Amino acid sequence: MTARVANVLYVTTDGAYLARDHDTIVVRIAKEKRAQVPFCQIEAVVVMAGAGISPDLLGGLVEAGVHVTFFTSTGRLLARVDGIPGGNVLLRKAQVRASDDPVKTLALARSFVIGKVASQRRQLRRAGRDEEAGADDTLERAADHVAVMARRALEVTGLDELRGVEGAAARAYFAVFDRFVKRDEDEFRFRGRSRRPPADRVNAVLSFGYALLVRDCAGALAGVGLDPAIGFLHEDRPGRLGLALDLMEELRVPVVDRLVLALLNRRQIDPGHFQESDGGGWKMTDDGRRLFIAEYQKAKRAPIHHPFLDQQTTWGLAPHLQARLLARALRGDIGAYPPFETK
Amino acid sequence: MRVVICYDVHTVTKDGKARLRRVADICENHGTRVQYSVFECPVDDPTWLRLRTALLSAFDAAEDSLRFYFLDERSRLTEHHGVRSPLDLEGPLVL
Repeated sequence: MTARVANVLYVTTDGAYLARDHDTIVVRIAKEKRAQVPFCQIEAVVVMAGAGISPDLLGGLVEAGVHVTFFTSTGRLLARVDGIPGGNVLLRKAQVRASDDPVKTLALARSFVIGKVASQRRQLRRAGRDEEAGADDTLERAADHVAVMARRALEVTGLDELRGVEGAAARAYFAVFDRFVKRDEDEFRFRGRSRRPPADRVNAVLSFGYALLVRDCAGALAGVGLDPAIGFLHEDRPGRLGLALDLMEELRVPVVDRLVLALLNRRQIDPGHFQESDGGGWKMTDDGRRLFIAEYQKAKRAPIHHPFLDQQTTWGLAPHLQARLLARALRGDIGAYPPFETK
Repeated sequence: MRVVICYDVHTVTKDGKARLRRVADICENHGTRVQYSVFECPVDDPTWLRLRTALLSAFDAAEDSLRFYFLDERSRLTEHHGVRSPLDLEGPLVL
């Protein structure tokens, strides 16, 4: 069974109201009907604003298997509405047992880290090749350093050590991230990864992109019957979707980082798409968020080749396919979870 | 694929009005209304099977007509002129 390609409805305007009309969502803004979307056309509704939703609609969506997620405007997850968990309870029990088993946990966590570090190394090598002849070897050295981390990830014997390796690779990657940004404006200088809050505009758009991706991964996991909150690499913490964060690790660079860089370097994103938050930090404006979401949805249609499954697919389906592979690994159908390695 | 559904329901009788309501509701639950009795529905094969069955049950073959046009990836170029430009259900849905 292949995952169905389904759309996501994003509501980003304060004061929007979502009501039910038979099996469709009617979106009203300022009392004016702006869209009517059949339940069967979407897999999720993402509400990123002060929007109202009728209980009747919520019930209809849940019955139709459409997940509803509520975020703050900065992308912080507030709440998720899923139906009564379907799927196989045996699978969920296998997931919980694996998360209590240090050996199984390490094996899965290692796969997630290997996938992530591979994607960082690939990006560094690609950027190094794209630089002008005569540029220094900073990017190449960073790629080599990350490659060392990749080898070390294969050898670590404990979760703490693995997290250390992951952290070292991330530091090396973000230390040269500014070189990927081909904008002169000081507003887009990247001086290191920061979140809670993002300290500059590039961090703000990265964080927003990651928030969209974590939602997609959580939906994909729930769709195969796994609990997005019980992770392996990420420690259990209340309110945190550990497994969704695990699954997205290897997708951060190819899906979000590359999109952010493309939008910045093609000048589709400008400093005016950002504003300072109360309490410090930066976030995107409403227009900025809408632009990013539209581009994110478009980017998800880009075709890719899935190496393990040996099939053509799209970036948008990657979370679903990986979630399915993870379920198979937890059930013991396949020997290990194969990380997604991109060309 | 995308299916364009065009219906012509004879509404002189009360029964006809009820049929029109049913056919329109079924279409509305699956796609976008692009003109008064014309809908565009992005569907996969299983969904199309269900949709087609529902429509054929709801209409009266002796009084009404239904037409289905099947558009694939290559043949879905469309021009829209005038009011009520329809929502593209397969494009980004950001409101």
